[in-house]
Amino acid sequence: MGNFIVWVVWVVAAFSCLGSGIAVVSFSNPFYSALALIGNLASLAVLYLLLSAEFVAAAQVLVYAGAVMVMFLFVIAYLGGRADAPWASGPSLQSVAAVGAAAALLVEVIVVIGLAASGSLGDAAQVPDSFGSPAEIGEAFLTDHLLAFEITSVVLLVAAVGGVILGHHARAGESWGSESR
Amino acid sequence: MNGPGIAWYLALAAFLFATGMLGVLLRRSPLIVLLSLELMLNGANLALIAFARQAGNLDGQIFALAVMAVAAAEVVVGLGLIVAMARKKLTLDVDKLSFLRG
Repeated sequence: MGNFIVWVVWVVAAFSCLGSGIAVVSFSNPFYSALALIGNLASLAVLYLLLSAEFVAAAQVLVYAGAVMVMFLFVIAYLGGRADAPWASGPSLQSVAAVGAAAALLVEVIVVIGLAASGSLGDAAQVPDSFGSPAEIGEAFLTDHLLAFEITSVVLLVAAVGGVILGHHARAGESWGSESR
Repeated sequence: MNGPGIAWYLALAAFLFATGMLGVLLRRSPLIVLLSLELMLNGANLALIAFARQAGNLDGQIFALAVMAVAAAEVVVGLGLIVAMARKKLTLDVDKLSFLRG
């Protein structure tokens, strides 16, 4: 019974994940694309929960669907959501090549995983209930992966400083920006 | 793990990654290119977390969290660039932004 419920949840989450992913790519208005990406992130959080990654699921909803997407929506609202119509002029050579490249990559990934795995993707390991809990993640971050943790904080600091500098230059750049274009 | 096996998660991750790549290659609005990049990163994250569950090892989840932080940093810089471009009245079209070409 529990198995059946897990399958139902998986199918619903997977299809909403795929559907919202396709919606992100195909909406012409960036605002709708961003809203579809929020749905995508939420259904991915459900899949993370099924994979017993509770902390990552919570971080996904809080950090990604919360903070990052709100910033995205603010910028799109600031720029005034100008639509570009990708399918307006019929399929160009570039779009045909893009679809071909994406399809080739998909086939490639599936073939490589199939060949590399070929039977070795058996049953998942038995894990305790605390697998993926905040306590375990925190312990791993502060013991085995301390360097990654510190480097991540430096990356975030650099990005924050870079964002401030970019915004500042854009404001000051009204004088030197006008002559280049 | 009762329910779907890891192969299903990996197939879904591959589809997500390919969808994001399609968006990056096909769309010309830099905002939607950034959104599609997020899609690709999330496809990779799903594969990482599926493998972490498969191996019973937390390293994949740690890697996924690091990818999330890098994605947040990438969004900050990317959106900063887009706002700077919009303020300089440049067309927001990645095909037309080619004046750095040598």
